Amino acid sequence: MNFSDYQTQGFYDELFDENNIPRPGTELLVNKIESLPEKDLLHKQRSAETALLQLGNTFAVYGSEEGTEKILPFDIIPRIINNRDWQVLEKGLKQRIYALNLFIHDVYHDRKILKDKVVPEDLVMSCATYRKQCEGLHPPRGVWCHVTGTDLIRDIDGRFYVLEDNMRCPSGVSYVLENRQVLKRTFPYVFADSRVRPVDDYPNKLLATLESLVPQNVPSPKIGVLTPGMYNSAYFEHSFLAQQMGVELVEGQDLVVSDGFVYMRTTRGLQRIDVIYRRLDDDFMDPAAFRPDSMLGVPGIMDVYRKGKVAMANAPGTGIADDKAVYAYVPKIIKYYLDEDAILPNVPTFICREDKDRQHVLENLDKLVVKAANESGGYGMLIGPHATEKEREAFAELIQKNPRNYIAQPTISLSRVPTIVGDRIEGRHVDLRPYILYGEEIYVLPGGLTRVALKKGSLVVNSSQGGGTKDTWVIDADEQGSVKTDTAGTDKTGRAEGHPAGSRQPQTTLESRNSGPPSGGQSQFMNLEPSQGGAHA
Amino acid sequence: MLSRVASSVYWMTRYVERAENIARFISVNLNLTLDFPSESGSQWQPIVMTTGDHDLFEKKYGTDYSSRNVIRFLALDPEYGNSILSSLRAARENARSVREIISSEMWEQINRFYIELRDAARTDFPNRNPHKFFKIITMRGHMFTGLLYSTMSHGEAFRFALTGLMLERADKTSRILDVKYFMLLPKGGEVNSPYDSIQWAAVLKSASALEMYRKRFHRIIPRQVCEFLIFDGEFPRSIRYCLKKAEQSLHKISSSPVGTVSNPAERSLGRLCADIDYSDIDEVIDTGMHEYLDGLQVKINTVGAHIHEAFFKVISAEN
Repeated sequence: MNFSDYQTQGFYDELFDENNIPRPGTELLVNKIESLPEKDLLHKQRSAETALLQLGNTFAVYGSEEGTEKILPFDIIPRIINNRDWQVLEKGLKQRIYALNLFIHDVYHDRKILKDKVVPEDLVMSCATYRKQCEGLHPPRGVWCHVTGTDLIRDIDGRFYVLEDNMRCPSGVSYVLENRQVLKRTFPYVFADSRVRPVDDYPNKLLATLESLVPQNVPSPKIGVLTPGMYNSAYFEHSFLAQQMGVELVEGQDLVVSDGFVYMRTTRGLQRIDVIYRRLDDDFMDPAAFRPDSMLGVPGIMDVYRKGKVAMANAPGTGIADDKAVYAYVPKIIKYYLDEDAILPNVPTFICREDKDRQHVLENLDKLVVKAANESGGYGMLIGPHATEKEREAFAELIQKNPRNYIAQPTISLSRVPTIVGDRIEGRHVDLRPYILYGEEIYVLPGGLTRVALKKGSLVVNSSQGGGTKDTWVIDADEQGSVKTDTAGTDKTGRAEGHPAGSRQPQTTLESRNSGPPSGGQSQFMNLEPSQGGAHA
Repeated sequence: MLSRVASSVYWMTRYVERAENIARFISVNLNLTLDFPSESGSQWQPIVMTTGDHDLFEKKYGTDYSSRNVIRFLALDPEYGNSILSSLRAARENARSVREIISSEMWEQINRFYIELRDAARTDFPNRNPHKFFKIITMRGHMFTGLLYSTMSHGEAFRFALTGLMLERADKTSRILDVKYFMLLPKGGEVNSPYDSIQWAAVLKSASALEMYRKRFHRIIPRQVCEFLIFDGEFPRSIRYCLKKAEQSLHKISSSPVGTVSNPAERSLGRLCADIDYSDIDEVIDTGMHEYLDGLQVKINTVGAHIHEAFFKVISAEN
């Protein structure tokens, strides 16, 4: 399996340019894959999947008894971003997060930006994610959103655009970290020689971010990750992050409010908790303040938070910046607070509450993507060109009934990355979710989650809708160029990828390795060896 | 530590130990079929009797106590809550809820253990090669316990894990001994026959105790086998050894010396340990072996209930 018949088909390809030449920084990887013996790539793919399953990096699938959990499909061909592109992204994301935090604070306090009519007041006030309970809140140092996972896409011209801001509880970073673990073992030498910027520091950075929120005068603060529980689809990530940071993983039932503080129920009685990284939506946080029917939250926690006796990341109320109608105003928001032009452009957006825009949207439904302003995860969406006449009519009706709740965007032809499909390599569309932390300062994790739409031609990358993931390598292409001349002949030096001992055994396959079972070999269970977990076969 | 976490860790090891020990009961019989291949058909009912769940068995399988049905029920039945498969599923769910507390090696091991058992359960492997199948389960159980000891800090969470493990093991050793009682029921005449001593050897083997027993008592004499599995102070699966370990572990949690009492769990476990310390095999035989073991199991359950009371019960905010 190799790239010999690989076609970019007119799309922007992340590994190859329009003449099918590997882009700077991708040569080592492309050469490696080209040089692999027949079927080795497929074996690498299979063992990476096995390794992920054994790591237990699974997400829950609701409503299916048999395999109630699955690994998120993972493709071992990484997406590579060169450092020059990355630096622009990083700067743009910092600018955006900084401005959006100012915006959120302003909206819940003086509302200057609304009074100055830069963003229509009724638009913000009608956000389903607006939280009256947050008016006048003072989160530590005025930062509301400490963890962001911005969704970016790359258009046919090679430019990155912001698609969504995700300032509430973005998930997926655990996949970034575990995918990297597995891929390091899949392509160890290419990885080492490509000078990929590391992502492993994320849990430390996250912990530092949380520590920066500790209310003053707390000598040895207690920090916890608040999860909805083990049946939540992102539970693995919650527990993974708590483990990596060495902090408590708590559920709502573990916490209780008493005499003005939040406490954990422990085997030795109640113990105070100072910072909560909550992975629970605003609505469920506190039945006393938000939804009274929430069984997952902690009654009274908002009062404690308001008084500064417990810190939370992210602050409640940040959802206003996720509203897709507000999104359309982000370039203006950046200009208003920072007097700068947005470094990262938005995807052009039509706001259906504006008569002119709505008219245009209704007339061009077959060319546009329509989205509900408050939905995420690929729900509540119409992809005009792929929809039936009936679906378009249904959406036209929805838009006319509640124009506030809809926006529309031109279809962007998302960039593609070579992906293993069956026994060939084909281009599949991807997006990119970098993770941004805002504690003492703003930090952008170099890399992020590349989500890939595994269905041919599909533009929907969400895991709930048939999407998978890839590792994302940020590479200093210039530096690597000089490295490359030394080690271009990786294989000639006798170092064979995946065989660290240096002895090249291209015929070694999964089958021959698991030769344990003498009576038929139908089950790995019969192999008494401790877990290998290794992705190299 | 969080009460919920303490409870999950405690149940995680209990369930792994339970799964391992069900494999051990079943292997009593597998060991016997090696010695008496022709008898193998009639001897599976006692195993189910030992578990106390024969009603459940008969509801599903009628009175057909074939090896196939019994293995299906005790090992692979996802609907029977105490089957090996169900126990491991519960162990894994508990482990999953405390992944940040246990080592990643422990999680990966139990995750793999469950997934592979579940897959193997769909094949014919357990019936085609039961010796190997149950041996692997026992070894996987050991591997988990080994990882528990050598990859997890011996702090509070470990103490809860060890307490759960030891209580479960004490209970299950008593049940393995009980298998023998149920085997004798239909055939009282076989006491002291060669068949008898082979059965006792099978019991010892199932508790991994045959060699250690021989070092101490050499010949297989029923009374001494019972003494060994109940009272031995050094054998790590004897009931007394397990209860003492559980007691020490429990006292490390509360940092109070053994012999003092700081909560109801320490009281009931202390009483149980003292009872075993100041008792001997003659007394057991006078009481009646089955009756004695039955009483023991009830007391171990009481200790479990007290542990729940002392550490896991949701504490109200008023405290």
